[in-house]
Amino acid sequence: MIRLTIAALALASAAPLLAETHVVSPGEGAQERLQEALILAEPGDEIVLEAGRYVLTDGLSLDVDGVTVRGSGMDGTVLDFTTQAGSGEGLLVTSDNVTLRDFALENPKGDGIKSKGADNIVYYRIRVTWTKGPDAGNGAYGIYPVESTGVLIDGAKVTGASDAGIYVGQSNRITVRNSIAEANVAGIEIENSRNALVEHNIATRNTGGILVFDLPGLPVMGGGNVIVANNLVVANDTPNFAPPGNIVAGVRRGTGIMVMANDKVLIENNIIDENPTAPIMVIAYTLGFDDERYNPLPREVVVGENLYGRGGDDPQLEGAEMLLAAFGGALPPVLWDGLGSIYAVEGTQGWSLNLTEQGKGLGGANPSPLAAPAPAAEFDRSGIGAPAELDERIG
Amino acid sequence: MTRALALLVLAAGPLVLSVIATRDAGATTPPYVDSSIADWFILSETTRPDTLQKFNFFIDAAARRPKPELIAYELNTPLWSDGADKLRYIYVPKGKVIEANGDGLLQFPVGTAIIKTFAFGEGEEQRFIETRVLLHRESGWVALPYRWNEEQTEARLVLAGGRLDLTTPAGEAISYRIPNKNQCKTCHSKDDAVIPIGPKARNLSPALLARLASEGKLAAAPDVIRPMPEWHDADAGTAPLARAYLDVNCAHCHQPGGGASNSGLDLRWEQDDPFALGVNKHPVAAGRGAGGHLVSIAPGDPDASILLYRMDSNEPGIAMPELGRSSIDRKAIAVMREWIEGMDR
Repeated sequence: MIRLTIAALALASAAPLLAETHVVSPGEGAQERLQEALILAEPGDEIVLEAGRYVLTDGLSLDVDGVTVRGSGMDGTVLDFTTQAGSGEGLLVTSDNVTLRDFALENPKGDGIKSKGADNIVYYRIRVTWTKGPDAGNGAYGIYPVESTGVLIDGAKVTGASDAGIYVGQSNRITVRNSIAEANVAGIEIENSRNALVEHNIATRNTGGILVFDLPGLPVMGGGNVIVANNLVVANDTPNFAPPGNIVAGVRRGTGIMVMANDKVLIENNIIDENPTAPIMVIAYTLGFDDERYNPLPREVVVGENLYGRGGDDPQLEGAEMLLAAFGGALPPVLWDGLGSIYAVEGTQGWSLNLTEQGKGLGGANPSPLAAPAPAAEFDRSGIGAPAELDERIG
Repeated sequence: MTRALALLVLAAGPLVLSVIATRDAGATTPPYVDSSIADWFILSETTRPDTLQKFNFFIDAAARRPKPELIAYELNTPLWSDGADKLRYIYVPKGKVIEANGDGLLQFPVGTAIIKTFAFGEGEEQRFIETRVLLHRESGWVALPYRWNEEQTEARLVLAGGRLDLTTPAGEAISYRIPNKNQCKTCHSKDDAVIPIGPKARNLSPALLARLASEGKLAAAPDVIRPMPEWHDADAGTAPLARAYLDVNCAHCHQPGGGASNSGLDLRWEQDDPFALGVNKHPVAAGRGAGGHLVSIAPGDPDASILLYRMDSNEPGIAMPELGRSSIDRKAIAVMREWIEGMDR
């Protein structure tokens, strides 16, 4: 009997034997009704957002594990934050095992959707749009998971972010795929994160297409084990519109794929075209820092086979004219600053700044064609990408 | 209810009973309560009383006259909330004792309730806007927001929060925001658990601590090593005031384990590393909140400091704190400006 009671209690407290569905519709009181649904949901429940435009004045938040929020499509269900008066983001998720799918946010004043410490989260067919297009007054990040383990972003579309469209920070086990990042400062950014797979995305009309960074002074550092593969990185030529002061404000217009201060990054099978500064850029952290845990160099970055179209033909770099003349009208596709270590498959065209010191600017640059060794071994793909069970939620 | 019914079909007897007991706790009538405080509502895990009155914290429905069991308290440096006056009370159940934890947060026993009413206006004109309640249950703390009606006769639970127009003591017409239940947690959380913020020994008067100890409510009054100054004490010194303000208004998020831990900024009173406090620290995810400035605090140059820029804005996406204010705290801006100006460049 005692055993039975314990079993009964375990069952009662464990998640959801029968999930409930809560339907929310747009119209009068949508702010309160939607927020109440997010608060009253229990693990396993689904909140269905019926088609239409939800006019919202305050950020929403979800703090219940295992909830699915489902709209009727990224063009059908629109959470409109144009008149937002408070909060730093449109939707904040702080619970685990959440699935967000098939809805859109427009014009959030700060970030779009932020998920913090929210493990095993799925963003599926989510759209975040700043309808003005590139504008320094737009919010910073469209889709913003941070400090999380297990992140799957699939079929998303972000336009107009004044920092990064899709930004994954201080996280582990990440997949960003089948998504479109257009007209943001940074299209897709993987920052201070490990084990990230970025594949089958389109990054276009951003200032920089796909960025893989590690920054000092943060709780989580040591970014690496990243694969950037099979992406279309095209025409990232929007002038940088990030508010000064942010790290992406330093991204040069026309950067295709950029790796800064990271460990073991593979870039292969991408189509990289019409990125006028550098189709691929591999560099050390550019500023000084005071953090002994931090390694500012790119290490073991592997440039595999990629399809390079036009690029490097209008670089936003000091001495551009001289450089263009020296390289015959266009810079070779791969730019390395000469710090850290890089491998490139045979036949890769590139150039190096041959810097010898990190954080000292470009004064010591002494450009020459890239001489990078071929990759010594097969890239270790183990453990990279979101846990497989996240796929099942969007099956 | 549907869940419990469905389970009834599926499960064996004892299971059903336990499930119904937990699921329906909020819907059943509480045990008979007399005029004493409703411990049952404080402790019952799944209950969210729909009115403040159900707790029986006050003698009158208008919550002007606290029961004798309530301990009124004030903070040396309080959170600023658009200039609202705050009436703060702690309720500790009979026979239970608070433990001190050095300078830090008092350790409240299960069954404790912390009650804070936000009011605007002086004397007869005073109006209650909202009352926020923190309940210490077996499973942890729970935060609930209650909104006062126009007639000032009843405060009802508003899980989704709300807005109302009012004029601040500074004479500004604002849309005041009552936080939703999750937003309560946004500030009141550390390592994903809800906790109180205000009643830290260092931010309470020694007289109050001594009185609580003498009444047996506090096990022993701690020897506070680094007390925080009183915000209205003109002689407290700029740096202590600035640091106290940052601790009380910002550090619940900006600390390790807090809501803004990923910023790397740590604004706690006990933090002494200038970089962690933002001195010459580049922003991480500030976006347009950086306002074109390069560092959180530029020593000697307040106008180049992101921290001041964000405190001096009302624009969502820029304004800090993100929650809990709709106007700018001018006095705090002046203190912060003086503090940063005084730093060696």
